Amino acid sequence: MSEYGVVIVSHVPEIAAGVARLIKEVAADVSVTTAGGTDEGGIGTSAMKIQSAFEANAGQELLAFYDLGSAKMNLELAQELTDKTVHLYDVALIEGCYTAAALLQAGTDLAAIEAQLAPLKIK
Amino acid sequence: MLTVENTLKWLELFDAKIQAEKDYLSELDTPIGDGDHGNNMSRGLLAVHDALTKQQPTDVQGILKTTAMMLISKVGGASGPLYGTAFLEMAKLSSTTLEVGPLLAAGLEGIQKRGHAQVGEKTLIDVWAPVVKAVEDGTLDVAAIEAAVESTKDMQATKGRASYVGERSIGHVDPGAASSGYLFTTMLMAGVLS
Repeated sequence: MSEYGVVIVSHVPEIAAGVARLIKEVAADVSVTTAGGTDEGGIGTSAMKIQSAFEANAGQELLAFYDLGSAKMNLELAQELTDKTVHLYDVALIEGCYTAAALLQAGTDLAAIEAQLAPLKIK
Repeated sequence: MLTVENTLKWLELFDAKIQAEKDYLSELDTPIGDGDHGNNMSRGLLAVHDALTKQQPTDVQGILKTTAMMLISKVGGASGPLYGTAFLEMAKLSSTTLEVGPLLAAGLEGIQKRGHAQVGEKTLIDVWAPVVKAVEDGTLDVAAIEAAVESTKDMQATKGRASYVGERSIGHVDPGAASSGYLFTTMLMAGVLS
């Protein structure tokens, strides 16, 4: 198990779960946790749910990916509430996550992963 | 200056106003957003009301912090982290001062940090910024608050959900600006500044 983990945040529980399922194909040994939807399972994001996804992840250093604007706000809030190191990427959710997870599985270092994520930046 | 009494009264009046205007706020959010601002704020303020009733905090900091945590965990949309961060920053500063001007300024700074938005981008900041200034100048009244809310009508959104509709956002009052307007009119009603 890598010291790194991946966290996926989406407004919709099924999107987060779906992206996790997809990246597990290329990253069977990387810890992946998700925070999709609000506490009640509605559309939106929840800082508390994101914090739980941080804590539940086996990684001590986390790479976090999100879909739309307010997910980033809640991610940043959760970032302030956790002791883990969380890197947040403003990249295309599926491509970014997939790239990072595949590289983590291959044992690539963080700097090289970030260099590959850079061109995927969309916001 | 904030006291336990006027802060509780303020939040009670704000809750009542949000519940009364819930449908109007969602309506404002429909042409340019996802139509849920009223429901989101309503859910958040109900949770604030329940938590304050149950926990009965005995100091201003406790009241502000409880409010922040409820808004963060219950609101859902972008307004949750924005309002939640504002109250959290006010709570932090309230151990040093209970003066309204500096507290609201800290809240505004929190919103700007969280939302990465500036004045003129059709967000709640367009109400918070002039209100903070008016409190500092001693000129805050209902007319000033309403003028700030109305000023968002002719702005084009470049941040938040409304930015996806581009120029079509012009002509509508920003829902977050409207609910912030209620926050400050109820603050005046609670006598926080007198």
